[in-house]
Amino acid sequence: MLQKMYDWVDERLNITPMWRDLADHEVPEHVNPAHHFSAFVYCFGGLTFFITVIQILSGMFLTMYYVPDIINAYESVKYLQNEVAFGVIVRGMHHWGASLVIVMMFLHTLRVFFTGSYKRPRELNWVVGVLIFFVMLGLGFTGYLLPWDNTAYFATKVGLEIANSVPLIGPYLKTLLTGGDIVGATTLSRFFAIHVFFLPGALLGLLGAHFVMIRVQGISGPL
Amino acid sequence: MAKQDKDATFVGDSRISAKRIPNIAPSYSDFPGKSEPFWPNFLLKEWMVAAVCLVGFLVLTVSHPSPLTDLANPNDTSFIPLPDWYFLFLYQLLKYPWAAGDWVVLGTVVIPGIAFGALMLAPWLDTGKDRRPSRRPVATGLMLTALVGIFYLTWAADHEHSLNHASSKGGSGGHGGGSGAAAPAAPADPSFKPDPLWTAQTGCMGCHGKNMEGALGPNLQKIGSQLDAAQIAEVIKNGKGQMPGGLIQDEAEIQKLAEYLASLK
Repeated sequence: MLQKMYDWVDERLNITPMWRDLADHEVPEHVNPAHHFSAFVYCFGGLTFFITVIQILSGMFLTMYYVPDIINAYESVKYLQNEVAFGVIVRGMHHWGASLVIVMMFLHTLRVFFTGSYKRPRELNWVVGVLIFFVMLGLGFTGYLLPWDNTAYFATKVGLEIANSVPLIGPYLKTLLTGGDIVGATTLSRFFAIHVFFLPGALLGLLGAHFVMIRVQGISGPL
Repeated sequence: MAKQDKDATFVGDSRISAKRIPNIAPSYSDFPGKSEPFWPNFLLKEWMVAAVCLVGFLVLTVSHPSPLTDLANPNDTSFIPLPDWYFLFLYQLLKYPWAAGDWVVLGTVVIPGIAFGALMLAPWLDTGKDRRPSRRPVATGLMLTALVGIFYLTWAADHEHSLNHASSKGGSGGHGGGSGAAAPAAPADPSFKPDPLWTAQTGCMGCHGKNMEGALGPNLQKIGSQLDAAQIAEVIKNGKGQMPGGLIQDEAEIQKLAEYLASLK
């Protein structure tokens, strides 16, 4: 039955080659921890992606309760944390996941750096990876404001003052992010939009490029 | 299109070849070493690693609920701002005099710009063929130096924050550079004589001192000039910063003590 359904789709869309590219490729011995335990360092990229998926899913559930305005944001997070069934778990996963994803990405970057995997012909994939790093830091910065508590408010205020001190573009950058003169209602809306739409969009595009390149080139060989 | 076989047949009027490729995995025995297929062999192992991480992650989530401080209050001048931990090293950089004030551009643009720029351009800065870390000492050395710097700055920021936090009552926000930005605590008055209401509260004296001169907790000898009775009662009940609440249970006793403290100006 399943085979028939597969054949039916395959006849129309020729998915077998796509399936081959996506899932069925060889995994060489030197990256397989089953053969060499030290190869566990090759797991960090996959774990970064795994936690990114958790971040996307938990974030989607958070937006079912979160309200991005200065009157209700704090109350909605408090309600989510204290009243909603499993709310504390979902918010906790998003909160701690944000730190974990940075840790995993940091370890992945170090693995790629110290194995020299960024060298020819993989330069472009390295650049895309560094851009993913920046997008993740941007997600961390914008997400930190959203609960609209004192920690969030003052950290963002300082962050925007730092942005303001950058010569030439600083003041424009600050105005773009705050949407006015003070950290207030428009700032929260903008940070929400950046955190939920702009940066995840950029992230998915960059991740797609990252994965296509690794599929095309294959993983770097043994040292 | 030009290279299509002349007698190739397609499915209907589409460009999908009518000739089917069977979905059978190639044998990886032809590949060097002990290669194995990603699907499903290796993915299963990867999932086991992921599951172990997920368990650790969930234990962390359940044992440490995510923090939520009070509703943002722009007028709260005593709140010491702290970015998320992974920005601490950049934040700490701006507290050093050589990267603050007139030199702030150094701390905000030049140093991070060079560091992250070099990271991004690493493939073109380190063009040698050799991939072993020991065979490219410059790249390895620079990265290790950067790592030591990042770890040190993060530690220094956290250490400084915990020191500030302990002595911050009535202090200023401490942002905008300058490591000594927290205002010093009010000097203790040695001739100050507390009311018996105070000396009865051994729970308070432990941190605020026998004569309210302050020790672990701040000096309270002139606390009435900063807070009124209701605010003091609130602090006694709920705690503040490092101070725990609920040390005094009796409502009337809290009220009396708060009124006494509020009268000290």
